[in-house]
Amino acid sequence: MADPLHVEVVAADRLVWQGDATNVIVRTTEGDIGILSGHEPLLAVLVPCAAEIVTDDGRREIVALDGGYISVNSNQVRLLAQYASLSREISLERARVELAALQKIRDEGDATDDDVHRLHLATAQVKAAEKQHGHGI
Amino acid sequence: MPASLRELRQRRKSVSTTKKITRAMELIAASRIIKAQQWARSAEPYSRELTKSLSAVATLSDVDHPLTNEVVDPKRSAQLLITSDRGLAGAYSSSVIKAAERLHARQRENGQEVKQYLSGRKGAAYFAFRKRKVERSWEGNSDAPSYQMAREMADELIAQFLTPVEEGGVDEIHVVFTRFVSMLTQKPEVVRLLPLEVVEGNDVPEPGDILPVYDFEPDADSVLDQLLPLYVANRIHFALLQSAASELASRQRAMKSATDNAQQLIERLTTEANQARQAQITQEISEIVGGAGALAESAEEE
Repeated sequence: MADPLHVEVVAADRLVWQGDATNVIVRTTEGDIGILSGHEPLLAVLVPCAAEIVTDDGRREIVALDGGYISVNSNQVRLLAQYASLSREISLERARVELAALQKIRDEGDATDDDVHRLHLATAQVKAAEKQHGHGI
Repeated sequence: MPASLRELRQRRKSVSTTKKITRAMELIAASRIIKAQQWARSAEPYSRELTKSLSAVATLSDVDHPLTNEVVDPKRSAQLLITSDRGLAGAYSSSVIKAAERLHARQRENGQEVKQYLSGRKGAAYFAFRKRKVERSWEGNSDAPSYQMAREMADELIAQFLTPVEEGGVDEIHVVFTRFVSMLTQKPEVVRLLPLEVVEGNDVPEPGDILPVYDFEPDADSVLDQLLPLYVANRIHFALLQSAASELASRQRAMKSATDNAQQLIERLTTEANQARQAQITQEISEIVGGAGALAESAEEE
């Protein structure tokens, strides 16, 4: 078996997750991308998304990212975002409520940059939490 | 004339109350500083990775980004001064303000206009008292800064920097903060935030560490576009965290010496109070003895 990927998910103020994985799926500005062992060095810009990490022992970790970027280099994978949270830390209810509130602000047309940013983050969190529940992990 | 016994006791009591307060503040600062250091540590991986990626992009592509544009003769600059929200931290705020004033003086000599940005109520009070103009100030949480606050500052400052000078923008942005060297030393420091110098001196790649030829998605410029603002926010976050740790360390030190002084004062007042009490007793005894003697004498005469 090929060497595992060493993955670190880093937010601005903490290391969110680290461990070995066989597969990492994230959404870049160009579309979804899957990273397997031995991927060529890559720096890609991410959109707010729920990143999936398939760990060594076959579990799936889902992380909500508010953007940021991914860097891959000799099986070292780093996901950097200003805010990131593991799906099991997210409360789906709360994320949905926040998302609805922010969407309302946006639809009324007076959203600040900060609101847009929080909207992106909430979207990513809802996606991550739904993915987690959908697969019943 | 020595103070009265009652007065001395009163003063001793008030000093020991003060001592209790300063002692409590010392302990609180000491426990918070551990937390502040933990925050600083947990923010480290992000800074490290960001710097690494940024230098990779900078090396592999021609860095030509608005945020790195050097201006030969800056006309106007902005300054972000990071002070504390609360006092009782010794010379913490005043020494960082002094460093800011030195920078001001130098910039004014060069004919530059300075736009002032502040973090912390102490700085705001300083500028308000001197009736000097402040563009914007952020308050609250100077001892536990959040990344969100750093992000807000970064957004505002980047917008200022990207505005042309003719329209009121700035050419240069400096940050004045206090670096946490150790529990005993904290040093005010001036750092130029923008334009960015991408290659960081302290992050030299280890020997044998060849920079990988990255594939950029969608392209190097977009990656750079994404990274640079993150980097600016990260630098501000770093400065805020350092300042928070410094503030707490200064406060702990200031409160420790206040507690020590209070202890000394209490000891002195106790001695004085004991002397006064002894003097009072001696006086009373001699009065009684004198009175008894006088009575005895008058009885003998009869």
